[in-house]
Amino acid sequence: MMQPDDIIVVRNVSKHFGPVWALRCVSMTVKRGSVVVIIGPSGSGKSTLLRCINHMEVEDEGEIYIDGQRLLKDEKQINQIRADIGMVFQHFNLYPHLTVMQNITLAQEQVRKRSKEEAREIAWEQLKRVGISEKADSFPSQLSGGQQQRVAIARALAMKPKIMLFDEPTSALDPEMIKEVLDVMLDLAKAGITMVVVTHEMGFARAAADEVIFMDEGRIIEQCVPDLLFDNPRHERTKLFLSQILHK
Amino acid sequence: MACDDTTFSQGVAAPVIRDPLKIRLARFPWWFTVIILIAIATVFIIFTQESYNEAFGFIRAGLAVTVVTTLSAYFIAIILGLLTGLGRIASNVFFKNLATFYVEVVRGIPMLVLIFFIALVAVPATTAALNQLGVWLVSAGAGPVGQALVDINNKGVPMQLRAIIALSVTYGAFSAEIFRAGIQSISRGQMEAARSQGMTYWQAMRFIILPQAVRNVLPALGNDFVSMLKDSSLVSVLAVRDITQVARLYAGQTFRFPEAYTTLAVFYLTMTVILSLGVKALEKRFQS
Repeated sequence: MMQPDDIIVVRNVSKHFGPVWALRCVSMTVKRGSVVVIIGPSGSGKSTLLRCINHMEVEDEGEIYIDGQRLLKDEKQINQIRADIGMVFQHFNLYPHLTVMQNITLAQEQVRKRSKEEAREIAWEQLKRVGISEKADSFPSQLSGGQQQRVAIARALAMKPKIMLFDEPTSALDPEMIKEVLDVMLDLAKAGITMVVVTHEMGFARAAADEVIFMDEGRIIEQCVPDLLFDNPRHERTKLFLSQILHK
Repeated sequence: MACDDTTFSQGVAAPVIRDPLKIRLARFPWWFTVIILIAIATVFIIFTQESYNEAFGFIRAGLAVTVVTTLSAYFIAIILGLLTGLGRIASNVFFKNLATFYVEVVRGIPMLVLIFFIALVAVPATTAALNQLGVWLVSAGAGPVGQALVDINNKGVPMQLRAIIALSVTYGAFSAEIFRAGIQSISRGQMEAARSQGMTYWQAMRFIILPQAVRNVLPALGNDFVSMLKDSSLVSVLAVRDITQVARLYAGQTFRFPEAYTTLAVFYLTMTVILSLGVKALEKRFQS
């Protein structure tokens, strides 16, 4: 049964692209305030699962509930729910024609209907939180990859979301910039923000995750606390995957 | 030479080496110099030769018509093009097909034929249809509105207006393709980021996609304006008194063909070269 603390409930969700099944009857639950990390080989469906949570992809079958509300194919409802779900992308997707400040205030004003002053104030708060407030008037192209991703996180946080989704947030970064982004994410995890993170950063998973989900071929293969999954995987496929990425 | 590290010390700029003369000569815009010379020569001839002076005075009278026709047709074409471009990428089947139909039909007909068709077939047909609608409205009891429609007279639609409509319709289809390409050149991630924040499709279009797309296609739209200025000469077939038409009239009356058409060509060339320079400056400015 659904508990009031279950902020994301995915129930028997399937999704295919052409002849390929991206998700095969996936079910999972995310508790309010918890951090869930999804790992798995490429093409395993982890990004698709993440994108189904805010209906960037629409499931073919099954049900998804956000904070008790079932996701329908209704534009208005989806827009409302999306405003409550922050999303951070692999390629940052900052708006290149707007300054950092405008990147963060635009949706606050247009979607949340906040005043200019209020939006700016919240933007400052979030920029400070990700440690980049001195770049408020810069354009994205003037920032390094790590700085851009931190702005993207601030942009998502400024909406005051209930959930934060991260879709491989460090995969497009130069190695020396990964840490600054992961540090911000660790802070968010400690602050009790509900997070679902698709990543290959096992260090982050160990340090921050309450739960790690291993996916393969559109299915959830294994799901448990990070130490157990990493040190003592039960399934052969999990073992194989971990040995491949950890170079053991 | 020994490689002394102090050569590269901070604050010492690398020496500027001038390109050799040969390369600088090769890079010089000779074509532009020749155009300027032609323009100067023509101005000189216009001032010194009576017959050229007369032709110039005659043709100048059509300049306002050319400029007004081009500007207003371009303005309408841009709006039509933006709407059609949005239609081309819409998910709505009706609008998508309507937009594609329009673009494909216009692209498949020569501009000259299209000008004849719109001015002499489409406009009369539309006025006739409006008249018919007016008659129907009057009999249905909507007197004043109906009477206004009945009173629309096909002959009352001036040829210049028909020419503007024809040019707008043609260039609307061209600029639609420019806008479509511009919108599609923006990465999908931009729309996704905006939608993920809860923006509607139209909010994302207005605040995120279009500002970037329009910026990218400004040079192409500028080139379209130059083409429109040249193609506005086609409206002379409707006896609209633009510079081409008055030049034809002058040539017909005086048989001074060199005077009429040299002056006319230099008129267009002067305008298009100046506009092209403007477009080039625009390109440079947005090259980032």
